[in-house]
Amino acid sequence: MKNPKIALTLVAAAIGLIGCGKEEPKKPAAVEQPAPPPSIEIKIGHVGPLTGGIAHLGKDNENGARLSVEEANAAKIKIDGKDAKFTLVAEDDQADPKVGTTVAQKLADAKVAGVVGHLNSGTSIPASDIYNKAGIPVISGSATNPKLTEQGFKVQFRVVARDDQQGPAVANYLAATKKPKLVAVIDDATAYGEGLANEVEKSLKAANIKVLPREKGTDKTTDWKAVLTKVKGRNADAVFYGGMDATGGPLLKQARELGVKAVFSFGDGACTDEMPKLAGAAADGLLCSQAGLPPQAADKKFLEAYKKKFNVDPIIYAPFTYDAANLLIEAMKKANSADPAKYLPELAKIDYKGATGRIAFDDKGDRKDAEITIFTMKGGKLEPIAIVKGGQTVSYEDFLKASAPAPAAEAPKPAAEAPKAEPAKDAPKAEEAKK
Amino acid sequence: VDIFLQQLVNGLTLGAVYAIVALGYTMVYGIIQLINFAHGEVVMIGAMVAFTVINVLAAAGLPPVAVVLIGTACAVPVCMAVGYGMERMAYRPLRSAPRLAPLITAIGVSIILQHLAMLIWSRNVMAFPQIIPLTTFTVAGATITGVQIAILCLCFAMMGGLALLVYRTRLGTAMRATAQNPQVARLMGVDVNRVIAATFLIGAALGAVAGVMVGTYYGIAQYTMGSVLGLKAFAAAVLGGIGNIPGAMVGGLVLGVVEALGAGYIGDLTDLCRYGLGPASACADGGHFILFGSNYQDVFAFVVLILVLVFRPSGLLGERVGDRA
Repeated sequence: MKNPKIALTLVAAAIGLIGCGKEEPKKPAAVEQPAPPPSIEIKIGHVGPLTGGIAHLGKDNENGARLSVEEANAAKIKIDGKDAKFTLVAEDDQADPKVGTTVAQKLADAKVAGVVGHLNSGTSIPASDIYNKAGIPVISGSATNPKLTEQGFKVQFRVVARDDQQGPAVANYLAATKKPKLVAVIDDATAYGEGLANEVEKSLKAANIKVLPREKGTDKTTDWKAVLTKVKGRNADAVFYGGMDATGGPLLKQARELGVKAVFSFGDGACTDEMPKLAGAAADGLLCSQAGLPPQAADKKFLEAYKKKFNVDPIIYAPFTYDAANLLIEAMKKANSADPAKYLPELAKIDYKGATGRIAFDDKGDRKDAEITIFTMKGGKLEPIAIVKGGQTVSYEDFLKASAPAPAAEAPKPAAEAPKAEPAKDAPKAEEAKK
Repeated sequence: VDIFLQQLVNGLTLGAVYAIVALGYTMVYGIIQLINFAHGEVVMIGAMVAFTVINVLAAAGLPPVAVVLIGTACAVPVCMAVGYGMERMAYRPLRSAPRLAPLITAIGVSIILQHLAMLIWSRNVMAFPQIIPLTTFTVAGATITGVQIAILCLCFAMMGGLALLVYRTRLGTAMRATAQNPQVARLMGVDVNRVIAATFLIGAALGAVAGVMVGTYYGIAQYTMGSVLGLKAFAAAVLGGIGNIPGAMVGGLVLGVVEALGAGYIGDLTDLCRYGLGPASACADGGHFILFGSNYQDVFAFVVLILVLVFRPSGLLGERVGDRA
């Protein structure tokens, strides 16, 4: 008597299990169902290198997006009358274009509602084609190569400045403050490095400064001595390097070992706190630019939440990926749908006040009036010295002063951080730049 | 001229390191005709172990020289263990197998070691702590750093030491005997297995020191650093004549210098505007149209390798392996 009972129970359990297994995949597809279930799961993808030489930056980006998603969940947002449950699908592209396209396809297959990323231009550009075909909106918080938004993809956006804004900014600052006669431009032969170096070269030439024939390495180069010896032989008095910190650090260190006295300037990829670790004391005095505002100038509420959640300060782009994820969520809220086709038009015409200031997109998907910050390295710390916005260079101090009362009217948040941020010490230099 | 001299100094430093790594390849090849492709990874492991120790000790505030020496002292036994382990586990069982089998095994060992290192030390770049004060000397317009001098001295001392070991000691005689004919060497009372193991141990120890040197020189170490370094050292060994110990030294130095000079001058030499061949738009008012930039630096080692294999297959100083008629 007992045995048949157990068997029956088992059969019942098995049916139950099969039933569950069958029902589960239906849930994500619930959007089309007329009868709304109580909740809806919305997947947001994030892609950045979580391993490799710039894994620290990838993790920083991911943290920004993660914070946004968790806040959205805590806010109990309703989309189409259902409780929205956002999940972050974090992928690792190893900063490798090939891996980048693979994970992009993976996210497209997983039917994510939107993507934040990728970190690098080199990975973002090939991946954007895949997102475009799948119709998934993608916002990069850090890819600065102009080509990304020049492909005519309606789904591609970015919340940072482009290299053709960043390049001229750092080049003009260098030209105005250091007055070099001869500049050596070096790049790492990647889409990002070469693109940025091209923009810098163009601006320097426009300012009637001589530029040496381009020198190149790769994104894995450790030995820069041959290149630097040439630079030293030509007596260049400034060097610009388009590349990341893992190669830029050794470049700077080896330059000082060879006795190269030139001023070194970098783009955002090498504008990180890793530089003093990789280059040592040689890092002091470098100039570098970051697309956007320095993390410490971001919204104070964001900074506190980030610090509380991850127990570290954001490195560079976390405020931007935070905004990028928030933009996706905001557009979904406005369209009252997580269907990319429905919320994409809302995203394109959004006007949003994020942790990095007001965000609106132009028709290419680039951020209107994106800021660029110029930094210098002092005692192993990056210090913002000037902000370039719409072709105007303002010292960081003046920028904080100027921006403090203005946003107070539109948004009280950025005003609050102004007194806390470090005042720039190079104010006179920056004023010089204005000329 | 001072640029030329500077490139020469850079090339010699790099070449000395290549030479030390190349010795590891050539010694093993000389004795068992195996190209031990995993040798580059031994060098990498040496650098990683040393960096780990050095980072810990530097935080403790010991004097820099002591820190580097202790780091090296930790790296050498680890690498020797790795070298011995791979000979014992991967190559000895295949001693009598066709020569292709151990070669493929060597590539496999290389992949395994690289991924092990990735698991242990992660993919991130490890930075050398900034403990060594920068001391530079200017000789006839060329700048040379204290680290470079130390590397050069150490490399030549190790090469000298190895030459003494091979040509003046009983172990060296046994090694040369085994290289000539293992069967006869065994009949003469040489413990061939021990000699082969000793060869791997010496090669790995040299590799460990080379790893520390190359890491200190550039200030960074990563789990992938061994593969290109290993390939270049292999090219250096072939260049000098594989199996030939002085050949590896000469090959390494030549390769380092060729690479430095090549990277230094290729851009100017392939500037099409100099020859009036470049597009007018690029060449206008002193512009440049450079066909191959200095990013082709890594190609030189292999171009040299191909040229040597075509025109002098036995290398600069000739292969010196046992005559097996």
